[in-house]
Amino acid sequence: MVFEKVVEILRNYKEEPELEVSMDSTFEELELDSLDTVELVMEMEESFDTSIEMDTELKTIADVVGLIEKAIA
Amino acid sequence: MLTGKTALITGGAKGIGRAIALKIAEAHGNVALVYRGSEKQAEETKNELLAMGVKALSYQCDVSDFKATKEMVAQVIKDFGSLDILVNNAGITRDKLLIAMKEEDFDTVIATNLKGAFNMTKHAGSYFLKQRKGRIINISSVSGLMGNVGQCNYAAAKAGLIGLTKSTAKEMAVRGVTCNAIAPGFIDTDMTKDLKPEIRDEIIKLIPLKRLGQAEDIANLCVYLSSDLSDYITGEVIKVDGGLYI
Repeated sequence: MVFEKVVEILRNYKEEPELEVSMDSTFEELELDSLDTVELVMEMEESFDTSIEMDTELKTIADVVGLIEKAIA
Repeated sequence: MLTGKTALITGGAKGIGRAIALKIAEAHGNVALVYRGSEKQAEETKNELLAMGVKALSYQCDVSDFKATKEMVAQVIKDFGSLDILVNNAGITRDKLLIAMKEEDFDTVIATNLKGAFNMTKHAGSYFLKQRKGRIINISSVSGLMGNVGQCNYAAAKAGLIGLTKSTAKEMAVRGVTCNAIAPGFIDTDMTKDLKPEIRDEIIKLIPLKRLGQAEDIANLCVYLSSDLSDYITGEVIKVDGGLYI
């Protein structure tokens, strides 16, 4: 459920409705830099109504999904 | 020059902040005025701005309070519908020789003058990043460049602001957000009016242009840095000090 929502946010952010995303996709592969990552995490905080601690380096979509699942658990 | 733009100015009720607010209004920019304790002066300044035909609102907020600044920035964006310029001007002094300085004097000055700018930059900055445009102007001081007797807390905070400015400029440039600092010298405001006349005279002797600066001298540069004329300037520290620190 979290993954699907993350994909939706990513597709909106990149304005690419057909964007292929898997849990193993890296931000680099998705052509997202560190500021994009921060912006996306902020959007996800809003969307999931939670606060995400970005104290570890986020490389893959799985990293983000893991953080959100932890935050909303 | 700033038609349709909105500027948020901390410490905007009096002194340099007030002069900046008025100059921005002169350039047809709207102003969100933030004050902590000077409610009456904030009201007066706001009324002056309104009389100039721009939109102006005042907000009570302690910039050292992270949560309060977050809420205030969100409110400003809601009220004005956008935010284009952030001027981190709020500052206090608790002058004492380092040896005589209390821990609290140090902490309070750092909290308002330095952490306050961080709080504001974080909250307004995230909006600027999304908007792909924004101007951040930090009011530092020549004290932060040259040090000053009795001002180790103030000078440290103002030097810190320069580091904050340069880091922010590097981080946000890729999204069209610029960040610059202005370093005023001795400016004729409430903050310097308490100087003893003999000290004031001594200071003037040290200034090549032989006068104290006026708040408008700072405000003029601030308008320039807020405008499209300064599109290619970021991470810069510009002294406005009559040549005091050359």
